[in-house]
Amino acid sequence: MPYRRHDSNTQPRSLYPPYRATTERAPRQPLIFLPHTLSEITGPVYGHNQVLEADRDLTRGHPGEPLGERIIVTGRVLDDGGCPLRRTLVEIWQANSAGRYYHQKDDHPAPLDPNFTGAGRALTDLDGRYEFITIKPGAYPWRNHENAWRPAHIHFSLLGPAFTARLVTQMYFPGDPLFPHDPMLQSIPDEEARRRLVSKLDLDATRPEWALAYRFDIVLRGCEATPFEE
Amino acid sequence: MDLIPTASQTVGPFFHLGCTTNHSISCIASPTASGERVRLTCRVLDGVGVAVDDAMIEIWQADSDGNYSHPADPRVQKCDPGCGGFGRLPTDLNGMCVFETIRPGRVPAADGRLQAPHLNVCVFGRGIMKGLQTRAYFAGDQANDECPILALVPEERRATLMARSDPGKPGDWYFDVRLCGQGETVFFDI
Ligand SMILES: [Fe+3]
Repeated sequence: MPYRRHDSNTQPRSLYPPYRATTERAPRQPLIFLPHTLSEITGPVYGHNQVLEADRDLTRGHPGEPLGERIIVTGRVLDDGGCPLRRTLVEIWQANSAGRYYHQKDDHPAPLDPNFTGAGRALTDLDGRYEFITIKPGAYPWRNHENAWRPAHIHFSLLGPAFTARLVTQMYFPGDPLFPHDPMLQSIPDEEARRRLVSKLDLDATRPEWALAYRFDIVLRGCEATPFEE
Repeated sequence: MDLIPTASQTVGPFFHLGCTTNHSISCIASPTASGERVRLTCRVLDGVGVAVDDAMIEIWQADSDGNYSHPADPRVQKCDPGCGGFGRLPTDLNGMCVFETIRPGRVPAADGRLQAPHLNVCVFGRGIMKGLQTRAYFAGDQANDECPILALVPEERRATLMARSDPGKPGDWYFDVRLCGQGETVFFDI
């Protein structure tokens, strides 16, 4: 069964000059429409045996506690028909609380935290739910334009049920004053689609006296209801 | 009511942390997998021909009989256990990365016609807001002439989808991805 296609206004423009790097890297020719074959509706079922419970807690695995505000990031992964996607791999990476990545290419002069690497992974449960424990990342400068700062964000990667449903995205935090100035977020034409990348404070998932929780639900493309013609 | 899929965002320059530092896969098919061994060198170039040293390439492919290791393939039970089918690597300073695999078999299209052997390739990177989907076919493969998907591509652009072999190095294949500009690779709307 082919996967559904959606309004392109809900996805970012690939060529978006305010995000400078797109001008050297975005295709100029129109994409060629590919009717789905087995190559598109299958995909890697990967990592299921290697994901450990500890991998979803980014505050552990180091000698001490990382600095910054401890948070819980949770949500559900659904297909576009509303069905939970079970046992699907969610990978995340992020800057530390000072806005610095534990990465050799990051030269932002903010402190590294020896107790925070900033990478985690989890499998969704039978309800499509995932949960990470981490540190609220800081904003960081990125030289795209004069005084360019990224709003605080966590990178998400999902393999999904098929190569067609593969998603890499970023989760933002509510009320960030940098949103209007961020070309990555603004490259998405549809305002509602931008809003859906912003997590919500989730008081129910909060653990009192310990950590606030943010909820970020993710929707992947799903199969069409009508089968292939024979 | 139907939900709208979450918008894509770029992987940015630091994806290694979450995706490839500990979770890269260069071996798509193990040495025990059946089929003709292929050592595929991929290279990513930007619009001015500069090597892209911060891209991530993912590959998904069938086994040597054209079966995918996935429940949506009706022949999944016959899939070669030596062929996981999935690869994922970051590009190096030369914009390159090398996968070890096998030449896949032919996979049927929706109408039952057989496609030519191909690898499904997705390119992520800084400046790429949504993963770019393309395919690597094998130059010179007779099946290319009858592939229903290749037939959708204007003839003058088909060469951008061809991996090329090196007569001096049997099993070595090279696939260049030009993100834009002169010789821009064909990307698909999948
Ligand atoms: Fe980032």
